[in-house]
Amino acid sequence: MDILAALAAGFAVALTPLNLTLAAIGSFLGTLIGALPGLGPVNGVAILIPLAFALKLEPSSALIMLTCIYYGAMYGGRISSIMLNIPGDEPAIMTTLDGYPMARAGKAAQALGISAMASFIGATLATVGLTLFAPLLAKAAIHFGPSDYFALYVMAFATVGGVVGVNPVKTLFAAFLGLMLATVGLDPGTGTARYTFGSFHLYDGFDPIVAIVGLFAISEVLVYFETLHKSSDGMVKMGRAIPRLREVLQGLTAAFRGSAIGFVCGILPGAGASLGAFVSYTAEKQLSNKDGTFGKGDPRGIAAPEAGNNAAAGGALIPMLTLGVPGSGTTAVMLALLISLNIQPGPLLFTREPDLVWGLIAALYLANLVLLILNIPMVGLFTRLLSLPQWLLMPFVVMVSFIGIYSISHSVFDMFVMVGFGVLGYVLRKFDFPIVPVVLGLLLGADMENNLRRALSISGGDFSILVNSPIALGIYALTLAMLALAFYMARKAKHGPDVSD
Amino acid sequence: MLDFTKILGAGLLACALGATSASAAECIAPADPGGGWDFTCRTVGQLLYDQKIVDAPVQVTNMPGGVGAVAFANVAAKRADDPELLVATSTVGVTQIAQGKYPAGIDTMRWLGMLGSDVGVIVVDSKSDMKTLDDLLAKLKADPGSVPVAGSSGVGGWDHIRMLMVADKAGMSADDYKSIRWVQFDGGSPAVTQMMGGQVGAVSTDLGEIAGFVESGDIRILAALSDDRIPAFPDAPTAKEQGIDVTGYNWRGFYTGGKVSDDVYNGWVEKLHTLYDTDAWKKEATAKGLVPIWRGGPEFETYVSEQVDAMARISKEIGVIQ
Repeated sequence: MDILAALAAGFAVALTPLNLTLAAIGSFLGTLIGALPGLGPVNGVAILIPLAFALKLEPSSALIMLTCIYYGAMYGGRISSIMLNIPGDEPAIMTTLDGYPMARAGKAAQALGISAMASFIGATLATVGLTLFAPLLAKAAIHFGPSDYFALYVMAFATVGGVVGVNPVKTLFAAFLGLMLATVGLDPGTGTARYTFGSFHLYDGFDPIVAIVGLFAISEVLVYFETLHKSSDGMVKMGRAIPRLREVLQGLTAAFRGSAIGFVCGILPGAGASLGAFVSYTAEKQLSNKDGTFGKGDPRGIAAPEAGNNAAAGGALIPMLTLGVPGSGTTAVMLALLISLNIQPGPLLFTREPDLVWGLIAALYLANLVLLILNIPMVGLFTRLLSLPQWLLMPFVVMVSFIGIYSISHSVFDMFVMVGFGVLGYVLRKFDFPIVPVVLGLLLGADMENNLRRALSISGGDFSILVNSPIALGIYALTLAMLALAFYMARKAKHGPDVSD
Repeated sequence: MLDFTKILGAGLLACALGATSASAAECIAPADPGGGWDFTCRTVGQLLYDQKIVDAPVQVTNMPGGVGAVAFANVAAKRADDPELLVATSTVGVTQIAQGKYPAGIDTMRWLGMLGSDVGVIVVDSKSDMKTLDDLLAKLKADPGSVPVAGSSGVGGWDHIRMLMVADKAGMSADDYKSIRWVQFDGGSPAVTQMMGGQVGAVSTDLGEIAGFVESGDIRILAALSDDRIPAFPDAPTAKEQGIDVTGYNWRGFYTGGKVSDDVYNGWVEKLHTLYDTDAWKKEATAKGLVPIWRGGPEFETYVSEQVDAMARISKEIGVIQ
């Protein structure tokens, strides 16, 4: 009952006319920013923080507006993933796998509809979890040590071969390429510069978002140049706007499973939304890909990672609020925001600033609802992007990519890095290498290495620490089970009728 | 088509909001939004304008890279005489300079002043059997590998060096204290939560970020690395009281280009000093767990140069640099 009373007080804070207006404005701006290639929630919140200060808002109002921007950008990020095959931010990568094929098949509106629904389910369930169990879950999460995180990343990479349905050797090669790229920069353990060739610009390594925009957006444009003289397949016919009931039902169960997996990943600081989306997708694919439809526009392939990354984003607020430990890029920015509002998240936040925390939680429920309502009419608007001819769309993509990357990093060097990754992406595509594993390697590789080294620093170099924890052993057992299932499915598929990949 | 241009326009507008148009002074935070340097720029920039010490809002630019080296190189090469430029820095940046990880030495810049300082602490879990600094040091002396210690910096970073300075003063030999297991985390809070989860035995880091855990009773301060006890935690003893004469401040301050005129230099020192004297700054700094301390102008330049010498010496002793 305490929780309900506190939540009611929170809604009283959130539901003033001013805050409702801010929530609507925030959701709208966030969706627009998120829809631009390369600009995701992290940049959205970071770019609009000055706005909150310029308006001289109360801390609770500022927080409500920025939360709505955050959630709006998460929704918006799906739009460019699905429509253009360009993820708006890291966790949205998995959404391209089935979202883009679905859009190319003329079901863009349905894909957007399913993604909005799954996002709503994932985020709302995570908020419920946050409301009910935040302090309890934070206590459980601290028992996750470096060797357990390492096991989690081993699981991610062990299952990477199953993510994209092409040649597993090429998938592994792409993942290794990503891991290698992740080693560039200052080694966090000792501060030694690796593969920087004396350039200070490389000290921080490659920002995954710069790599993503290059690999996806710029290479897409290069591929388009090549096919310029051929007849354009740019026009996509519009299908019905409302998903079929069967797709909704399939999507619903996938969304619930994805929410659960994503939420757990989100609570673990250091795992975050990207891993949440990734694991949700792989798990769903292994469970449901009986007809080999994943990767070709299966609605469940959108629902699972969408619910997963939104649930992870909600889950990541738990360690951020209760421990002051950000679990993802966006929560890091939110943490910075709280600190700049003179609020220090940590074990005492819930007792010391109840109005603010419960106001924020109420704002999360509100933002979700506002976004669902806002997104349904906007689907029509965004799908019209696809009816543009390619020769008009492509220059726009290039321009937004450059503006986006520059507005995040203020670095001309990063724009060259982006173009470099674009050329790399083009070459990889020409040789039929998948791009997603490269990004996963880059994204998760650094964390995987850091946790391995932390574990070994604790044990003084003794590798047995990696298998001394029951949590890590459990994760390895799960990994083996998943691999065994994958082999079993592959064997069955070989003997089964008409499955070619 | 119309909708399309609308989206584009709104997007550009949103981007433009991030980079506010021309304003008088600029403060470079040599890190991503959210870190200590970003906070220094944003808070000081905001207060300079609110307190009417400068006429126009101070624009904050984030220029991350190389633990401040990118911004340092940029200012040295392109903006050495820019009269409207502040760059945030701290002991962390100076450690990098002392270890030769910036493109040039401290003489390249003019050091304006420091406005406050975070205090280094050595903490353990409240359930730990270590009650005093001596308890920890006794364990480390008996077996340097027995207690893994964590912090927010890598090997040779300020959190690590402070810990080793304590071990050094306690009489451990360089060979012994080099074998203390050091674990790097991405910040003080992750280090503390990992300690609460039983992964490491002690944490050496700045108090500011982890003060909440001390107040909630989750962790215990074994030693504050300050001259006097920290006002917010009068019960926590300093290392000095326990016979280990080591201080480990992490000050927050500013430098500017090395080719600005004396008038410009003195002007900024005076503005920052005026800000330091306001109640608004003291309130803001204390709220962030900083202790307001002022050193400015030539006094600050001397202080920085002494600190660089001392750090280079320690880094050499522990073998971080040759």
